[in-house]
Amino acid sequence: MAKTIDQISVFVENKAGSLVDITRILGDANIDIRAMSLADTADFGVLRMIVDRPDDAVLALRGNYCIVNVTKVIAVPITDTPGSLSKVLTLLADHDLFIEYSYAFITRQSKNAYVIFRLEDNEKAARVLMENGIVPASAEELSLI
Amino acid sequence: MHTYHQPQIETMPPEELRKLQDERLKAQVKHVYESVPHYRQLMDEKGVKPEDIRGVDDLWKLPFTSKADLRECYPDGMLAIPKSECVRIHSTSGTTGKRVIAYYNQHDIDLWEDCCARAIVAAGGSAEDVCQVCYGYGLFTGGFGLHGGSQKVGCLTLPMSSGNTARQIQFMQDLGATILCCTPSYAAYIGETVKEMGIKPEDLKLKAGIFGAEAWSDEMRADIEKSLGLKAYNIYGLTELSGPGVSFECEQQDGMHINEDHFIAEIIDPETGAVLPDGTQGELVFTAITRQAFPVIRYRTRDICVLHRGKCSCGRTFVKMGRPMGRTDDMLIIRGVNVFPSQIEAVLIQQGYSSNYQIVVDRVRNTDTFDVYVEMNPEQFSDAVRKITLHERALVEAMRSMLGISPSVHLVAPKSIARSEGKAVRVVDKRKI
Repeated sequence: MAKTIDQISVFVENKAGSLVDITRILGDANIDIRAMSLADTADFGVLRMIVDRPDDAVLALRGNYCIVNVTKVIAVPITDTPGSLSKVLTLLADHDLFIEYSYAFITRQSKNAYVIFRLEDNEKAARVLMENGIVPASAEELSLI
Repeated sequence: MHTYHQPQIETMPPEELRKLQDERLKAQVKHVYESVPHYRQLMDEKGVKPEDIRGVDDLWKLPFTSKADLRECYPDGMLAIPKSECVRIHSTSGTTGKRVIAYYNQHDIDLWEDCCARAIVAAGGSAEDVCQVCYGYGLFTGGFGLHGGSQKVGCLTLPMSSGNTARQIQFMQDLGATILCCTPSYAAYIGETVKEMGIKPEDLKLKAGIFGAEAWSDEMRADIEKSLGLKAYNIYGLTELSGPGVSFECEQQDGMHINEDHFIAEIIDPETGAVLPDGTQGELVFTAITRQAFPVIRYRTRDICVLHRGKCSCGRTFVKMGRPMGRTDDMLIIRGVNVFPSQIEAVLIQQGYSSNYQIVVDRVRNTDTFDVYVEMNPEQFSDAVRKITLHERALVEAMRSMLGISPSVHLVAPKSIARSEGKAVRVVDKRKI
């Protein structure tokens, strides 16, 4: 079974305090942010996050008139050795898997870093990686780190 | 089956209606010449005497009046009867300068309320209906006008005024309101709130909405009809002519019947003042032939529209006016191009964006800047910036093809553009010219 996880994305207006509002809403709802990345244009941004309780996070944000959506991504463990990221990227490229975006995070508990990938076909990417001995993290695994 | 509030008048044969207008116009011109020094002066300057006006065919001989005349005569220089005979005033918002005060005697109130009653009946209203009036009550004519009309029809009238949307929706549900009267922007806001509260249109009893007092598009009409489960009718009016009910839509929803027994409409070329034939676009001009306290003669509305004469399947013989494209006051000239806010609204709704927007125009180093702020909505949002940008580009392109110039579009957070419960502030023009 392919392991994809839920990522929440929030529309961020390009003005002072927008990020404060979003993080405060999540803090008040007792949501833990595992990883985040902010994509920005001249005009607006998209804040993408992996959180411990995505469903509750979405409810809290929508209740405060934020625009939120949930998309599937894969969290790929990358060992702390030279060339390991390249190996993953090569596998994806060889199978014509187009990366929409990616971002990375490290944890204290695990020796691995994790790279979040959003691909056109997450399921296929997860399958290809698993066939090559790289197992994307499940939501349960991520919630333990 | 068609029903009318005043069937003999609303379906009067055109020749008969014309005779009625001739008589009323003659009497009105005599009345203003004798009682309003400003009109006497304007007519004397043009060399026209009351006896030169024998009917509608002579209307063109009369001088125009405009908001400037009314402001010049503030507060009561245009009053045509003793103040002691007046029973009420209403007033324009005065956002663009000095207010205009309109006076009414009881006769004027009665005819105004009849005009509004005609609009309500044309929208399917009867004594069986519950009519929720959420136009503002007070100096603004919207609340009192529709309120009076609703009572004339015999509807159970809910005098809600504007604001407190949660309470509006509670009354709408608890009292089973069937007709909603408010500005289109407030109707859209109520529709949005109803959806947020998880109420379905079919849970409401609304069947008709009578919306006016600001420019709106057919796209916005479709949106409101869907969100509230009703049929939306346009109503038109100006404080200077009494208020809402100068014209109203029938079930055809393709133009507003002008209450021609009270108001004579003309279309003129706004540049030259020449009268244009029916079917030609131009500025709408009205002469109030029955109002006694504050009658306006050839009043230039600044509204750009078209008049259509011909038999309507509803049976009414009154001429129909097209939806005004916007007031010449609302029209912006940006980099030399005429832009109406209603055109921008139409594009936004076509492209799936919110109809809550704001246009900001400024001039930087002698060049006009043109920015449109639009609230992001969930349908246009994506986790991928590339996809949002594609939608945004399509929006700018659609605006360019509609207007001939491209605005800078800015996507902003939902609920961040000020909501009005009365009229929406759509345009901020910062240019100092």
